[in-house]
Amino acid sequence: MSTSIDPPTEHHEVLVPDRVSVSPALEVSKRPNPFQRVGHLWQYRELIANLTRKELKVKYKNSVLGFVWSLLNPLMYLLVFSVVFNIISEVPVPYYGIFFLSGLLAWNLFSTALGEGTSSIVQNAQLVTKVWFPREALVLASVFTALVHFALQAVVLLGALIAFKRVPDPTFIPVLLLALVVTLVLATALAIGLSAINVYLRDTQHLLEVLLLAWFWLSAIAYPYGQVVSKLNTSQFAGKEWLLALNPMLTVVISFQRTIYNPDYSGTSESALHEADTIPNHPMSWYLTHLSIALGVSLVLLFGALALFSKLEDNFAEEI
Amino acid sequence: MGELAIEVTNVTKSFKVYQEGGQSAKERLIRAGRNPHIVFKALDDVSFEVKQGETFALLGHNGSGKSTMLKCIAGTLRPSTGRVVTRGRLAALLELGAGFHPDLTGRENIYLNGSILGFSKSQIDVIFDDIVEFAELSDFIDQQVKHYSSGMYARLGFSVAINVEPEILLVDEVLSVGDESFQRKCIDRVRQLQADGRTILLVSHAAELVRQIADRAAVLDHGHLVDIAEPGEAIRTLRETLARRGIALLAEDEDVTEPPPAPKYADPPSLTVPVVNVDKQVMITKVVAEYPDPDAKFLLPNQPMRLRIDYFAPERIDDICMAFEFQDPHGNVIFGDDTQTMEQPIHACDGVGAVCFDLPRVPLLDGAYLISVTATTRNGGQVYDRRDLQDRFEVMQPGRQRGTVALEPKVVHYFHDAGAAHETETDGSAHTGDAAAS
Repeated sequence: MSTSIDPPTEHHEVLVPDRVSVSPALEVSKRPNPFQRVGHLWQYRELIANLTRKELKVKYKNSVLGFVWSLLNPLMYLLVFSVVFNIISEVPVPYYGIFFLSGLLAWNLFSTALGEGTSSIVQNAQLVTKVWFPREALVLASVFTALVHFALQAVVLLGALIAFKRVPDPTFIPVLLLALVVTLVLATALAIGLSAINVYLRDTQHLLEVLLLAWFWLSAIAYPYGQVVSKLNTSQFAGKEWLLALNPMLTVVISFQRTIYNPDYSGTSESALHEADTIPNHPMSWYLTHLSIALGVSLVLLFGALALFSKLEDNFAEEI
Repeated sequence: MGELAIEVTNVTKSFKVYQEGGQSAKERLIRAGRNPHIVFKALDDVSFEVKQGETFALLGHNGSGKSTMLKCIAGTLRPSTGRVVTRGRLAALLELGAGFHPDLTGRENIYLNGSILGFSKSQIDVIFDDIVEFAELSDFIDQQVKHYSSGMYARLGFSVAINVEPEILLVDEVLSVGDESFQRKCIDRVRQLQADGRTILLVSHAAELVRQIADRAAVLDHGHLVDIAEPGEAIRTLRETLARRGIALLAEDEDVTEPPPAPKYADPPSLTVPVVNVDKQVMITKVVAEYPDPDAKFLLPNQPMRLRIDYFAPERIDDICMAFEFQDPHGNVIFGDDTQTMEQPIHACDGVGAVCFDLPRVPLLDGAYLISVTATTRNGGQVYDRRDLQDRFEVMQPGRQRGTVALEPKVVHYFHDAGAAHETETDGSAHTGDAAAS
């Protein structure tokens, strides 16, 4: 009989349909593997777009200034840190504002995506309990929402660049783009893993807030990386700059600073000497290598996070 | 036909239940090392199959596991062991518009909800007007849903789910939302989906709804599958499981049952006579409702029944009258009579005997009916013995009629055609509509 139902195979989620007109069988009780999860997310890309739109709309609905608020945040940071570092502690960084905003741009993207992504599953509890869809869509929507804010803040930075007549290094654009990809992949990977843990342990999101604060200060955003390297070279770890790359966000931040702040390595003036001190003059290949390693690590993390998510997802509807 | 839309095979779902403490890391740390949880099986080795085009109901009391089962099928929960396989696009009716965002307009929410259910914008575009019209929200669709009434909210949620025309529709207790006319509209739409050959899985404890629309039903009790049967029989099984747990099944969607009101005896009054009387002149020893099939646990509508009352009279009593009364599950007296009213007096009771009331037809629909029996003097002045609400008989109704009484209506249709009056009886062969058209 041609209509007999084939026994389900272990490795295929979609079983063999017994008739052409019949919809394929879906074994809903089976955990999808990370690759299948990515496939589901692709199928639901429109949902991710809609959820992102929802986040953006909801965030600024009923507020008079709307998107202006997401611009005010970096401006306020800029003001505070400029006052603290330029006037009070006199960090020798010319155009400190541009320097600081370059790194902050990358950091804000990372911390917002990770923070919002981590709480996204719990915040959409009413959806998660009621209907099936790839739940990471909620995390991805948070990441993309952060990306939109990133674009807005980039506009602020662009304004500052024009105002101070500073020109980014166009040859380093590939470095900037790769750093952006690393930020997104790393934030997504961590957010997917933590969002699932957060369903069971609500402390996760609070703990993360504290950790992000420490991470910020470890990432050479407010102070120049060059100082860290020179301190390192006078210690027992002299010459082991790779140790600093253990923090992938540090690599990302200096990639942004190198491209956008674009320190003057000509050494023709006292100001230029100070600028050259902010970041050691590494070639582009140095950046690309470090970023590639960070990307590799992030992708492995992403795979692990998806596998963990698959397992923890079983009881979301009950635990949430 | 005959393809399976849903296959549930040996599904068990267990949860760890922590007796104390909450979800924070501190509390989990404190618990660690001890054996703080018990394993609770919400579903225990449940298997069933739903054919394509079938309307299948899951029946059970609260906590029976029926909602857990639905979640396992919807994919929001994964069973601990066992398989669930579905064929065809599946949509769950979201409870009261879960997934709507209050700050978004109705329009925005429809598209968002549609994409949650896996539909693209262009697919929603096609059915958008139907959704709005069905929800009766044309004038409000561009308002934020936080300004909606709860009824409007629910209508929109239902409308989205039912208009995306899924191949399998999961319905969880939501048919009871909205006002009566909207409910009727929903049930109408469900019937339309049935006619289109869609598969519907319904979770409900509203027995009457299940009777009306389901083809088959499964009864769950404490996570165990008790029965899979036609709705009428399944409802009877449900009633049995509930009775074991001391809950009465009402036709309506109610969880808590009020105790039936105290029986009212207009005649004879019994207030002056102590109910407990050690030296009764007549004792009712046993009351039995005898069904035509002695092995049956229940009666079918309009079957005959014999009510047998066994008595013991230590001495001969001439002044004797036997009375009985039936109560429906709501506590309403539906029938009562006695040998005097029937003008079939019992002449005397002496020793052991039985008085039988033969009921040639019991025109009742589904339910468990309680029996009260009283032995009095002929004028009712003195009660010898009584036995109130201790015995029962049960009617299982396989059909779809609602209510208490098994009436047997026939359709007669009068209509006017070309000046001549016709009368047709629809007894299955004649169709008045055809006649009118010809």
